[in-house]
Amino acid sequence: MPLAGANTYGEVHMKFTKLMTGAALALGLATSAVAEDKTKVGFVFVGPVGDGGWTYEHNKGRLAVEEAFGDKVETVFVESVAEGPDSERVMTEMALNGADLIFTTSFGYMDPTINVAAKFPNVKFEHATGYKQADNVSVYSARFYEGRAIQGHIAGKMTKSNIVGYIASFPIPEVIRGINSAYIHAKKVNPDVEFKIIWAYTWFDPAKEADAAKVLIEQGADVVLQHTDSTAPQAAAQDAGNVITFGQASDMGQYGPLPRVSSIIDDWAPYYIARTQAVMDGTWTSTSTWDGIGAGMVGIGEISDAVPADVKAEALALKASLADGSYHAFTGPLNKADGSAWLAAGETANDGDLAGMGFYVEGITAEIPN
Amino acid sequence: MDLSAINPIILVAALISAATPILLAATGELVAERAGVLNLGVEGMMITGAVCGFIISVNTGSPAIGFVMAAVGGGTLSLLFAFLTQVALANQVASGLALTLFGLGISSLMGQNYVGIKPPRMPDVNFGPLSDIPGLGPILFSHDPIVYVGLLIVAGVWATLKFTRAGLILRAVGENHDAAHALGYKVKRIRTLAIMFGGACAGMGGAYISLIRVPQWTEGMTAGVGWIALALVVFASWKPWRVLLGAYLFGGITQLQLNLQGAGVALPVEYLAMSPYIITIVVLVILSADKSRAPGSLGRIFHASQ
Repeated sequence: MPLAGANTYGEVHMKFTKLMTGAALALGLATSAVAEDKTKVGFVFVGPVGDGGWTYEHNKGRLAVEEAFGDKVETVFVESVAEGPDSERVMTEMALNGADLIFTTSFGYMDPTINVAAKFPNVKFEHATGYKQADNVSVYSARFYEGRAIQGHIAGKMTKSNIVGYIASFPIPEVIRGINSAYIHAKKVNPDVEFKIIWAYTWFDPAKEADAAKVLIEQGADVVLQHTDSTAPQAAAQDAGNVITFGQASDMGQYGPLPRVSSIIDDWAPYYIARTQAVMDGTWTSTSTWDGIGAGMVGIGEISDAVPADVKAEALALKASLADGSYHAFTGPLNKADGSAWLAAGETANDGDLAGMGFYVEGITAEIPN
Repeated sequence: MDLSAINPIILVAALISAATPILLAATGELVAERAGVLNLGVEGMMITGAVCGFIISVNTGSPAIGFVMAAVGGGTLSLLFAFLTQVALANQVASGLALTLFGLGISSLMGQNYVGIKPPRMPDVNFGPLSDIPGLGPILFSHDPIVYVGLLIVAGVWATLKFTRAGLILRAVGENHDAAHALGYKVKRIRTLAIMFGGACAGMGGAYISLIRVPQWTEGMTAGVGWIALALVVFASWKPWRVLLGAYLFGGITQLQLNLQGAGVALPVEYLAMSPYIITIVVLVILSADKSRAPGSLGRIFHASQ
């Protein structure tokens, strides 16, 4: 029943936002009589636009599209859409209301996006962080693991207890890649480092995220990495004191210089503008985009003065080498957690392996949930 | 696996704190439901309380005033529900859902300028030497005042419903509003007061999340706690002490499973993650095997002409 309750919440919130979108669409219809050639772009968000993290940045991308095209474009969005069947209804409604391009911005929208796209062959879809493409479905993601490598380096250097806490969301390749990348680079500079991983099974639940952070801190972690969307772990770490954190998806700069010492910033704006332009020009094709620090899709937030100067210099050098491609975050020799060989010395991981990553690297003792 | 990393005393202390928002909201809703009103707007009243308490605390520097205003905020929002259901005789389910939507919307509007701000901290109650007792001290005597307020409210609701004339009248209104009306009790007035009490409790529960548990303001931050509180009232068979038990069970198992995950216990994480829901439901369902049932007039609209 409480589970059903949680769903109802999502549904209710969704209905509300749908209502608002409905109103916006109605207004849109009224104005589009004047400007028939407006391109309509829809966005489906997993959390509220004010989450301060993941959805906040996607919404910034949406606003950038509006700014870039002005009257030629109209955007609509629905926030806090539960992953699964609910999202299918939201996408269907957007398509029925005349959207030309729909961005679905969470991993759990993957199958719903494919299903809805099959029913609307003339509508273009863009699914974030997934791996299923179709003629009218592109996929796009960012190489967040490059940013995780920098976090791991700083974490390994700065931890005094040698325990790094990690708040994970769902056991999907994107999250597992982040854990592996952070671990590899923490271990490289600090052989004694140990990772404690808590799966929150949510993208957005500030109270639960804060609880997870507190538990990790109680169990000795003095670095907390998060792969959930709200700033709650930052607040919990600030409250506890003597703990460092990293902004996730957004800069979360309001928690600097401590506990937040740096961040991964997702910058979707250039991509969203380019894809909207492609729809306008009629040049849109189904593509798979996976850009990192080099292309600017992953930004590294300013490293604060709480980080010692030499560590900061190393982190920036690592960032530069990741950006120009001279170093890959997954470079052998690396073994899998079960002890089997994965990458030989000097070998780098191919994108196929990374996209479907379902294993920890050697040294992480936990099990990945199914 | 390293169970020694888990400190059982901190765990129990944390569960008491983690359970407080649900406990407050569920106790308030219990009173409303015992008066025959099904208010599905708990989530909306909580989030409104969360933002009101936050704004007032930040501006006055006093978390105590913040909590009072959170209760006022939740209570004020619930008046909207009272107007719709008691005066306009609207459907309670639809009005409650609307209240949740309204609360979520208005709270994100009100809280726009408060993202990323740190609220003033509420100091723990000073029990003097009591808090130094090994084991018991940290568990029982090291909390913020709201934890104790929550417990007092549960005890007060229980005693009022069981022993006082006011409680008897409230229950009569909830069991059979026509009979209560025939006896001369003001059904609408009593229900409106019960709704406001529910709103005030939910508001405090929400403020507990934004001022103590997280502490920050984020849009939509209650993230479904109100719905869990609603379900808890039903599974607790509308009995205050069972609400307390359910809230502590749910909060406790949630904390425990996070701790077990952190300690790397070799249990499948997906089972750990669902365990708070399942264990709480199973325990309360077993308890409700006695003759408990819902208040007779729950969710029904009352009009004196009928």
